[in-house]
Amino acid sequence: MDLAYYPGCTLKTRAKNFETSALAVMSALGINLVELPRWNCCGTVYSLAEDDLIHHVAAVRNLIRVKEQGKNKVVTLCAFCYNTLKRANLVMKDSPDKRFAINTFMDEEPDYAGEVETVHLLQVLRDDVGWEKIAGRVKHPLKGLKIAGYYGCTLLRPQSVAIDSVERPTILQDLLKALGSTAVDFPFATECCGAFQIVNNRDIITERTSAIFGSAVKNGVEAIAVSCPLCEYNLRQTQSSTKQPQSGVPAMPTLYFTQLMALAFGLDSAVCGFEENSPETRTWLKSKRLIS
Amino acid sequence: MNNKPFIKRALVIGGGIAGIQAALDIADGGYEVILVERSPSIGGHMIQYAEVFPTLDCPQCIMTPKMVEIAQHPNVKLMTYAVVQKVNGSAGNFEVEIFQKARKVDVKKCTGCGTCWQKCPEKVSSEFNAGMAKRTTVYIPFPQAVPAKPVIDTEHCRYIHYQQYMAGKREGKKPPECRICEKLCPVGAIDWEQRDEIIKEKVGAIVVATGFDLMPLSRIPEYTDDADVLNGIQFERLLSPSGPTAGVVMRPSDGKTPKEVVFISCCGSRDPEHGVPYCSRVCCMYLAKQALLYKHAVPDGQAYIFYIDTRSTGKGYEEFIQRVVSDGVLYLRGKVSRVFREGDKLSVYGADTLSGKRVEIAADLVVLGMAVVPSDGTKGLLTKLGIAFDEAGFVVESHTKFRPLETSVPGIFVAGMAQGAKDIPDSVAQGSGAAGRVLTLFAQSASADKALAVV
Repeated sequence: MDLAYYPGCTLKTRAKNFETSALAVMSALGINLVELPRWNCCGTVYSLAEDDLIHHVAAVRNLIRVKEQGKNKVVTLCAFCYNTLKRANLVMKDSPDKRFAINTFMDEEPDYAGEVETVHLLQVLRDDVGWEKIAGRVKHPLKGLKIAGYYGCTLLRPQSVAIDSVERPTILQDLLKALGSTAVDFPFATECCGAFQIVNNRDIITERTSAIFGSAVKNGVEAIAVSCPLCEYNLRQTQSSTKQPQSGVPAMPTLYFTQLMALAFGLDSAVCGFEENSPETRTWLKSKRLIS
Repeated sequence: MNNKPFIKRALVIGGGIAGIQAALDIADGGYEVILVERSPSIGGHMIQYAEVFPTLDCPQCIMTPKMVEIAQHPNVKLMTYAVVQKVNGSAGNFEVEIFQKARKVDVKKCTGCGTCWQKCPEKVSSEFNAGMAKRTTVYIPFPQAVPAKPVIDTEHCRYIHYQQYMAGKREGKKPPECRICEKLCPVGAIDWEQRDEIIKEKVGAIVVATGFDLMPLSRIPEYTDDADVLNGIQFERLLSPSGPTAGVVMRPSDGKTPKEVVFISCCGSRDPEHGVPYCSRVCCMYLAKQALLYKHAVPDGQAYIFYIDTRSTGKGYEEFIQRVVSDGVLYLRGKVSRVFREGDKLSVYGADTLSGKRVEIAADLVVLGMAVVPSDGTKGLLTKLGIAFDEAGFVVESHTKFRPLETSVPGIFVAGMAQGAKDIPDSVAQGSGAAGRVLTLFAQSASADKALAVV
């Protein structure tokens, strides 16, 4: 099965390991993620102002690119891209006035009315593939590993685009269970990572990381599975002992859920690009003999 | 227009305090009244409470005389374990079908001795104790039940399961035949052959007093499902001398005395995101009362109440709140974003908007003032009655100010929480008011059609 795939900027720069592992595990499940031949910036998290339509334009252009491919569904890996594309599509679908304004502004593009559904890879895994099939593909179950899912915000908020229960999501835990691990729920699974505050106020991120990892440690978590490149970046950057010696943040391996899938599927660990992960993550993977 | 005789006999649906009051007033007015209650006993929610604000009366003490009066009043026909399933006709001539669930107990023979419910080996969650204790499957819901005659819960009874198994209607392991209640009953009152019945009655007026339920905890997942997170009714049972702990305040998880208790107001209420935009009207007062009773039970404990604003508009209510504050209950103006377990404690994250600070409390017990919603099944009943209800499922009165007890159908009246959130005094007032409307209708009945035609 072929699915239209929108990568977004981060997957090509700071989260290459997310992309390579995702493409490999999906291929192992018989699904080809076909990158759009042409795409642009998703617009990132645009202004929340009601009339701020200009920030939707980039996202809508991408949706038109999907439609051009004869597809009505596009998959993202990046949680922010998911959020931006999905919300822009809701505007185009549900607000005739805004749709008219945006279509009129983009007079070089064909008119668009919200025909393309944006889904996150986790939704494809749950709704199209199914946990049973994933469990069936596992060659090396992650048995005994206490891994928690960390959701961040953009897959769950606002409620209109949530891929799961806003307050008590289980989609990552369900995947982790299918991979044979001991999926651990912890209270900070949906706590904010601090997002873009990393740019101008690193202390906020350090405080957030500390709280999130602290709660994870209390609940017996030994590694965290993430779904958002910005969460991964923030958690990794602020915990690295070499960069923040006084932060007091406990060491906590963080991996993309697709990397864990690749390990459980027994794929060549080269697709995981673990050199991009934190040193703590590599140390943990070695201690568990998951990589050599 | 209508030549049928006007039937001067009323039906009251719901045996809580509003329905009891309505039924007693109609009966005292000299007319026959049928009181239909779907659970095995009348009493409603009020009988579950520990003490009631602002006077701290014991509901078991002040309510049981009314319940007994219902049972003994010559004008009252009490039907418990029964639901109204069909209504036809109009004011003066309603034809009502009442579904009487089989009690499997012959109430004429039964003396209410208690042998059966003391010896029944099968135990399930007790509705009266809001799931905080067990009851047997042949049971009276609580010791002061009216009638004090048990019913057999056929959904859970071992012998019923056995019968279903033998008839090939039930799979799995063969259940024991049991029949202990039958063997031990000194008067042979257990009647396995008793069947559900449909009873037809004719009445001239109907009072809907179907009450409320609390919004389920699952609607607010950020407040977690934990043994030590209770709703208001559960905490009432924990405070009640007739409750599962005989009034000793202890944590359900480990039986320890809770030293830090957080009460959260407006859980779901005044919160369109959770589906309830309205104010539930009773939570401010009962949470204050519960905090006070907790302080009486655990004097060295600390009670916190998170609130949006304290609504204490009833007579004597504001004075009561002042008393609670002066007795050391700490009020924090703000909402709680989440409650989650951290080891032995429950972490409560909230805001104190008066000091502008975030608040984190390590609590032993959390009590949620969950929104009140129309009781389960209300919409279905109101649809059968053909009367209008609002988005939440509360009965719409025919004029909010001048016809507050009339529904959209002449001859059908409303009282208590079925009309909207309200406290006990207002429910009783409406019960009496609805009874007054029924009595007026009966008095006018000679020219009833004419009277009803005037809008």
